[in-house]
Amino acid sequence: MTTREPVPFTQWDEPEGEWTLPGACPVRSNRTLMLEAAARFLFPTVLVFSVYLLIVGHYAPGGGFPGGLVAGLAFVLRYIAGGESEGAEIGSRFVVRPPVLMGLGLLVAVVSALAPVAFGAPVLASAKVTFEIPLVGTVDLVSSLLIDIGVYLLIIGVVLDLLRSLGSGIERDAREAAGEEAGP
Amino acid sequence: MSTLVTLPVLLPILGAALTVLAARSARTQRLIGIVVLAAVSVVAAVLLVAADRTGPVVAELGGWPAPVGIVLVADRLSALLLLISTVVTLAVLVYAIGQRISDYGRETASTTFHPIFLLLSTGVSLAYLTGDLFSLFVAFEIMLAASYVLITRRTNASRIRSGMTYVIISLTSSLLFLTTIALVYAATGTVNLADLAGRVAALPEGLRTLLSMLTIVTFGIKAAMVPLHFWLPDSYPNAPAPVTALFAGLLTKVGVYALLRTQTLVFPGTGPSAVLLVLAVLTMVVGALGALAQDDLNRLLSFLLVSHIGFMLFGLAVYDARGAAGTALYIVHHITVQATLFLVSGLITRRTGTVSIEAMGGLARRAPVLAVLFAIPALTLAGIPPTSGFVAKLALLQAGATGGAATAVVAGFVVLASLLTLYAMVRVWVRVFWGTEKEPLSDDDPTDELVVGTARASRPMYAATVALVAVSIAIAVAAGPLSAVTEKAGADLMARTPYVEAVLG
Amino acid sequence: MITINLAMAVVLAVLYSVGFYLLLQRSLMRILIGIVVLGHGANLLLQLAGGPPARAPVLGTALPEEFADPLPQALALTAIVITFALTTYLLALGYRSWVLTGRDEVQDDVEDRRVAERERPEGSMEEDAEGPDDEEDPGSAAASDRTDEPAEVSGSGAAR
Repeated sequence: MTTREPVPFTQWDEPEGEWTLPGACPVRSNRTLMLEAAARFLFPTVLVFSVYLLIVGHYAPGGGFPGGLVAGLAFVLRYIAGGESEGAEIGSRFVVRPPVLMGLGLLVAVVSALAPVAFGAPVLASAKVTFEIPLVGTVDLVSSLLIDIGVYLLIIGVVLDLLRSLGSGIERDAREAAGEEAGP
Repeated sequence: MSTLVTLPVLLPILGAALTVLAARSARTQRLIGIVVLAAVSVVAAVLLVAADRTGPVVAELGGWPAPVGIVLVADRLSALLLLISTVVTLAVLVYAIGQRISDYGRETASTTFHPIFLLLSTGVSLAYLTGDLFSLFVAFEIMLAASYVLITRRTNASRIRSGMTYVIISLTSSLLFLTTIALVYAATGTVNLADLAGRVAALPEGLRTLLSMLTIVTFGIKAAMVPLHFWLPDSYPNAPAPVTALFAGLLTKVGVYALLRTQTLVFPGTGPSAVLLVLAVLTMVVGALGALAQDDLNRLLSFLLVSHIGFMLFGLAVYDARGAAGTALYIVHHITVQATLFLVSGLITRRTGTVSIEAMGGLARRAPVLAVLFAIPALTLAGIPPTSGFVAKLALLQAGATGGAATAVVAGFVVLASLLTLYAMVRVWVRVFWGTEKEPLSDDDPTDELVVGTARASRPMYAATVALVAVSIAIAVAAGPLSAVTEKAGADLMARTPYVEAVLG
Repeated sequence: MITINLAMAVVLAVLYSVGFYLLLQRSLMRILIGIVVLGHGANLLLQLAGGPPARAPVLGTALPEEFADPLPQALALTAIVITFALTTYLLALGYRSWVLTGRDEVQDDVEDRRVAERERPEGSMEEDAEGPDDEEDPGSAAASDRTDEPAEVSGSGAAR
């Protein structure tokens, strides 16, 4: 059993390790424990809520666009808490680049718009599948959900790209400018 | 058949998605872009034949019939313009690819250029095909948003101002458009163009005039109609040559198309429109005179573009089948020739390292191919027989001569503006291609895509320009069948019933 | 035909006039806010084009004749998204402009003024050179640009 070194009183509120951080925060002093901890708990919750919005969109307020925005907001929260954003960081190891999300979303949306033609229906037509799931009850699945999924991915991609270019990009510019001024 | 109508809109989006995903392979991106645009050209040609033989082809999205659902309509006019626009877009894409290869090398891929280029094509296709006012707004926004990116891409300190002007002006006109849509909906309860054709007629005359004027102002800004043209010569010359060519060829013409469609279908008049006649004269004369004062080659061409928008307005203002046919033919001719001229201007600029006409000279001896490539579209734009410009202008003049005393007077201004165009072109010819040979200027700012005085121009750039020159010659050769189509298109526009019946069934 | 109540008409008038007033300013930030305000005005008008407030148009929640017109709502939603996206783009562009030029102003077109200078007769040019009218108006950006204009012009001339 290893004994820990005693932590000085003044550093009690400093976070230990990378538990709360999705990415590496470039400026240590800019961190807030409260936001980081809250982001840690809120992030998955908000993501689940965004998927809920995505699915109920056909019959209730929601849909791909609001769902995507809400999911985007989850990433915004993580960005505010953790700084630096290069894309959707899953487990902070595997990073999905925003253009990939956008391209995939657009692709899914267009393909599902064209897909009805293969079944002899007009473009953008939709079909409904109803089935029973034990314990859950009757579930209606509409094929236009696919378009919503495309929009959902697209919007997340756009928000992440905004974070990358207008968030981290501007921060990086500012840091470089500050570095230049401080240098010779 | 109705699925085909959606393809010119959906295929470029699909291409955009694929080019984003293929961001690492420049070769794949190029291939996707060319294949998609070639496919859309073929689709447009098929649509044109179908529309000409059996009447407008209508696609009801999701199977919802008009006026409840969104419809895409390809009649003779929209299919024809779609075809020529896509062909020009394809040529410009090839030119742009050539330019990218000579500037950045064969392997440089971009996450923005190809997708945005294809999205612009989507917007243009949707604008031609859409059957309702709000989708037209969406089409304009897709097209303009893409153009904002293209005009401000790799911008620098001296060029960002013009990009800014362009974005702000376009946004303002879009908001005016939105206002118009809101008022139209409040007055009639529909945004479907075919449905509006019936309902607007029942409105009080004052309200009808107000709505009509609002559309003229809205589309007038987009079409660069004098006195709403001032943004165009400021912004277009500040984009790289292929982008300027695309904008000059397509964007303003989409505005003219929207004007033509709404003024004939929704707000039909009974005779020559005095307002439009005055605006047409102003546009022709101010544009041509503005061109004479310019030293910057691209600005000169931009002013001529404004001037020739006046020609199209004139055909519309005559307000009969001949006039509408003349405008349609003129749009087809002008899309091709204006894009070609800007592409040639790009080639000249690469040769000389400058856009200033004063600083050029004696280019005919050093670059004879370039001289020929400039001379043909220049004469075409001025309307010298036997070019396509002559055919198109003849159609307009005939419409003017038979339209009444007022239109005959304005037809005189058409001749005047053509002469001024010819003068401007001769002036460019004498200063740039004749005279003492001047050394090309060196490239001061390698980061600036606008002026590359390296004379490096890859083969695709010349191939694309030659192809467009060939297209404009083909228009002159096929003037007979082409004007047969445009005359029928003009008659359709005035009759209104083929469109309305095809949409509302 | 749909008519609107006076209060909304006043709100629209204020939004439109404030929007257009701000659009006419020289500062980019004000123009941007002008576009936003104008966009709100246009979207509100679109929303009002659907008639007076009524029940949500969801089947089964009310009688069809009690429904509000859903189409303007859908249109307004789309328009809001579009204006929002383009405002973001303009904001980014404004930031870029500020980084590149260090100014928050829409500037004069250099080429325009170059053409004007070129075409002006000899005499009037001298008159203009000594005329102090431009310096008297500190608010005009043309005046503040005046000093560095020759440098800019020659710079662009060389680049072309």
